[in-house]
Amino acid sequence: MKPQTVSLRLTVNGDPVEAEVSPSMHLVDFLRERLDLTGSHLGCEHGVCGACSVMVDNTLVRGCLMLACQAQDKEVRTIEGISDSGDLKELQQAFLQHNALQCGFCTPGMLLTALDLVRNHPDASREEIRDYISGNYCRCTGYQAIVNAVESVLTARKNGATGGAAPATSAMS
Amino acid sequence: MKSRDFHYERPSSLAGAIQMLTQHGASAQVLAGGQSLVPALNLRLAAPEILVDIQDCAELRGLQDMGSSIRIGALTTHAQIQSSALVAQHIPLLAEAVPYVAHVAIRNRGTIGGSLALADPAAEYPAVALALNATLVVRGQNGERKISAEGFFKGLYSTDLQPGEILVAVEFPKATGADRSGFYELARRRGDYAMVGLAAQVVLAAGKITSARLAYFAVADRPVLAASAAARLVGAPVGDAAAVAAAVEALATDLDPMPDLQAETQTKAYLAGVVLRRVIQQLGASS
Repeated sequence: MKPQTVSLRLTVNGDPVEAEVSPSMHLVDFLRERLDLTGSHLGCEHGVCGACSVMVDNTLVRGCLMLACQAQDKEVRTIEGISDSGDLKELQQAFLQHNALQCGFCTPGMLLTALDLVRNHPDASREEIRDYISGNYCRCTGYQAIVNAVESVLTARKNGATGGAAPATSAMS
Repeated sequence: MKSRDFHYERPSSLAGAIQMLTQHGASAQVLAGGQSLVPALNLRLAAPEILVDIQDCAELRGLQDMGSSIRIGALTTHAQIQSSALVAQHIPLLAEAVPYVAHVAIRNRGTIGGSLALADPAAEYPAVALALNATLVVRGQNGERKISAEGFFKGLYSTDLQPGEILVAVEFPKATGADRSGFYELARRRGDYAMVGLAAQVVLAAGKITSARLAYFAVADRPVLAASAAARLVGAPVGDAAAVAAAVEALATDLDPMPDLQAETQTKAYLAGVVLRRVIQQLGASS
């Protein structure tokens, strides 16, 4: 059988993208190799490590477990786009303050998972934070610092919401 | 690793998908959420010539109240099940199991139909389906068939699905006021494959257990009912120490766990008892 290509049309970080892809190319390879968006990292390539996390239609997914052709007509956002939008500002600051990264390989995936948590579970306990990031491996920090960073953002937001002295946050999309 | 090349088809209807599967036979494979199939492709454990992506088959979506049961379309994601009020109210055992299914990003794409059709022996849903004796609805060119969970799981990654058939939905009987359920699994990391897990459903009358179904997973080539252990629980109140001890002991006749990457036979056999005690605590707390 002659190798097939699929005509792909989607939105990546707000920009329309059109490309011809092999059906076997998964989304994170497409983003990295064809669009040069190398912030999403390729770790285990079978869904265990979470380094390739991206947002598709505003839900967190594994970039290595979705074929590029399955993203037809979808809206993909990567760490680059989400970072530029300012939505990650508090989490990025907190990761820095709490030394929640060392080599940085897991950080893009960790930040997106943390953002998903902050948006959807603003009252999460430490235990729930641990559960939520259980799908993201970090081999440097031992997770303690990451949990501290995420918890500090949740706490700051809650205090801001009740005390009225919130640090400026960008609108959630 | 990277997947081998394959041909990709995306039918717009269930009828179209069934036709493609019938036409291509064993060379074609169904792609649902892809959360097990895509890793298998990446690792080259699977190498179909043709992938039939069923995401546009609208007939496979949605949850429906059928009166005495809840029908869940095959393409319903774990995340949708987790947030479903119908599931929380009528299929508490399924609601208890979902948080154990993989991780949040995978729950956003993985589907109940995909999990049941794959029949991974360490997966949660097949055991839940067995504990509740759910009905699996499959469709092929010759129409629809309904198969009980007890008859559906045939072995390691093996089911009663025939070539050309697609799993379209699963129907769970609604829990009644007398039903109590419990779910627990031990895994090395939250969301990873279980070392041992248990989905349990018991019926109570006047404070005593009148019937019990204990569906273990990650112990054999398919989910297994521990019938002798369940029989030891019948007739006693939930949490009765002597009955629980007898049930844990009886697990030795019910289970002969297959070792896997997660744990050895002896470890699994021991943990099966640990898991049973924890599930019984849950049953006690909810009754």
